[in-house]
Amino acid sequence: MSDRIEKSIEVKATVSRVWRALTDHTEFGAWFGVKLDGPFVVGKASSGRKINPCEGYENVPWKTTVVRMEPERIFAFTWHPFAIDPKRDFSDETQTLVEFTLQPTATGTLVRVVESGFDKLPPERRLEAFPKHENGWVAQMENIAKHVHAA
Amino acid sequence: MSMQLEASHARVFAALGDETRLAVLARLCEGDPQSISRLTAGTRLTRQAVTKHLRVLSDAGMVHSMRIGRESRYQLQPKPLEDVRDYLAEISRRWDDALGRLKAHVEGLEGS
Repeated sequence: MSDRIEKSIEVKATVSRVWRALTDHTEFGAWFGVKLDGPFVVGKASSGRKINPCEGYENVPWKTTVVRMEPERIFAFTWHPFAIDPKRDFSDETQTLVEFTLQPTATGTLVRVVESGFDKLPPERRLEAFPKHENGWVAQMENIAKHVHAA
Repeated sequence: MSMQLEASHARVFAALGDETRLAVLARLCEGDPQSISRLTAGTRLTRQAVTKHLRVLSDAGMVHSMRIGRESRYQLQPKPLEDVRDYLAEISRRWDDALGRLKAHVEGLEGS
């Protein structure tokens, strides 16, 4: 397990309904805030533009590559992380993997999202082959940071 | 966020992804600048191994070295750790927002 962000939310809707909201490109665009050019297809890039709720479509490109679609279970894509300034060309920069998983619950669906791979350096910046992570470092980083602040 | 800053985050993340380096960092948290001898004391690590790990940490901006007399001492630089923590917190916040919008969307409360 490597570095990652994990989030989950329970929604009062069936797994099929949530699956559609995730994987139908028009529905995805509606809640996510992007205008997508076409449907999601595994192994294919999906492109579009970000939507600014006040001004309509911004001239900010949005691009992902769909890597996995297991009906009503898993939807995954790679992209350039959220917090990157979208105004620059980041085509060579870090890509992370975003993976949605759906699980039925008594009252609806548990939606889990995991974003991982923040440590991937663009090839030309790679200094050396870093060993594979065996443990998540986020928790350990928290410990170190706490330690630092306590010092 | 600039491209340079982005790459430096990746470097910090990569540097943190190693048990030994985390252990070295934890030792550096203990206070004053430390020598390699002190960092290896009580561990199974060789001087060479510690030196190599210190270099990775130093390239990521997390360790600063200085010479005191005849030896080098190493000191923790907490800023990069704080920066990547802020970066992850920002991404985390955006996911909370996005999942909130997804929930509103499928539950038929659009426009919130």
